[in-house]
Amino acid sequence: MKRHLLSAADLDRDDALLVLDTAAELASLTDRAVKKLPTLRGRTVVNLFFEDSTRTRISFEAAAKRLSADVINFSAKGSSVSKGESLKDTALTLEAMGADAVVIRHGSSGAPHRLAHSGWIGGSVVNAGDGTHEHPTQALLDAFTMRRHLAGGSGDLEGRRVTIVGDVLHSRVARSNVLLLATLGAEVTLVAPPTLLPVGVETWPCATSYDLDSNLSKADAVMMLRVQRERMNAAFFPSAREYSRRYGLDARRMAQLPDHAIVMHPGPMNRGMEIAAEVADAPRSVIVEQVSNGVSVRMAVLYLLLGGAQLGAPGDSLDPAVEA
Amino acid sequence: MSVAQTPDDTGAASSSALHDTRTVLDGAEIARALTRVAHEIVERAKGADNLVLLGIPTRGVFLARRVAERIRDIEGRDIPVGSLDVTMYRDDLRRAPARALLPTDIPTSGIDDKVVVLVDDVLYSGRTIRAALDAMNDIGRPRAVQLAVLVDRGHRELPIRADYVGKNIPTSHSEKVHVLVTEHDGQDAVLISGGTTTESSATQDTTTEAHA
Repeated sequence: MKRHLLSAADLDRDDALLVLDTAAELASLTDRAVKKLPTLRGRTVVNLFFEDSTRTRISFEAAAKRLSADVINFSAKGSSVSKGESLKDTALTLEAMGADAVVIRHGSSGAPHRLAHSGWIGGSVVNAGDGTHEHPTQALLDAFTMRRHLAGGSGDLEGRRVTIVGDVLHSRVARSNVLLLATLGAEVTLVAPPTLLPVGVETWPCATSYDLDSNLSKADAVMMLRVQRERMNAAFFPSAREYSRRYGLDARRMAQLPDHAIVMHPGPMNRGMEIAAEVADAPRSVIVEQVSNGVSVRMAVLYLLLGGAQLGAPGDSLDPAVEA
Repeated sequence: MSVAQTPDDTGAASSSALHDTRTVLDGAEIARALTRVAHEIVERAKGADNLVLLGIPTRGVFLARRVAERIRDIEGRDIPVGSLDVTMYRDDLRRAPARALLPTDIPTSGIDDKVVVLVDDVLYSGRTIRAALDAMNDIGRPRAVQLAVLVDRGHRELPIRADYVGKNIPTSHSEKVHVLVTEHDGQDAVLISGGTTTESSATQDTTTEAHA
């Protein structure tokens, strides 16, 4: 494992499988009376959230607490950021408080990379979603969920067909999933209207299509993306109704899926827009399970980044000898 | 851990160091030792009621299964066997890069009010067993916890001792004890490698143990 988790591309196949295998062992913790491990006792994890989030922030908080780390939650609202404090000054404050890891969500693509490579802080940086760029722990929990349902809970996803549908242009989830699923051997098809596919998507390790119906019958998993209206400052499709008719997953389309196929959504859902309520609540929908798997996967990431000796990066203030 | 302080030991690694390796237990001796341990466990527990065997991965799990088979031969009934990974509870985690976790598999009957026998291959510093006791504390509350090991090599660093010992093998700190089991390594054997002037160090360590 590298020192930071900024992109799904930071993980090679062995790293990705190590995270998934570790998460699989940690998942058994949820069945126990005492849902806590002493492993990160005395470590401090800061959740630095410049954007709104429900499940990711709670998930990281639960993961860190179950590993006995001290958790400091920071959200931009109600902090000095609203008075105009820069990312650098915020980072220096966190460093002065002794953060061992910073979990950052930011509206600007590349903010976690800046934080990790600026020398402002010495700890590990985990990207919890940056702009329209990446969301690697979401991709890990999606791969974990697919592996449980499609690959017997172990090994990679060689040959599994995954269809990712919707607002790819604004989706950090789609980009991270494409990178990680390709690393794990899955065949990914992105389905979206031409206006919602990013420039350069032909260089991604996946296929693309404008037609949802022709990509359902062979899919092992269908992942619906949220239409991110808050990031849309132009008309990407004529109307919500037309989008829903062409790219929404309803009961009729769900019936075209193979019997073993699962339906996924990273949340939050727009019920009735990209996914019909009856599909979201169907037995083959694993949307709620994705959330609970998120805690196990984030525990695995925090354990693998923080649980062992921290390797001092060049120009890093941490001295490994002192650490040991 | 089969080789204390050498976590990544495999059969291949030990065979590469064969030139200074001697066998202290062969397959038949291991089999006899495990049979004796099984009898002792049954005798102490006055039967097999409420017994649970928990092996410590990797090789402790295979040894636990074998002891359970022998107890079945003696008592004519199956007893629950599981595995207990102690990685997250180790006291030396921050001395090395994060380790991969090994399987933890607690029998469905649980460990509450049972007599749990922990099974490991080598007892050395006692730190693994300390971690196992902590791990068990988060899973349930056994009526009693006992410890069975195939090899006790001395040099305890914590007030821990085994209830059932396959063989006491005096060693020096510089020696390494390798336990091989057929299920994982293709053969059954206990080997010792490394160390200088084996005779004198062994004698010396026996003396040290007498003090301890």
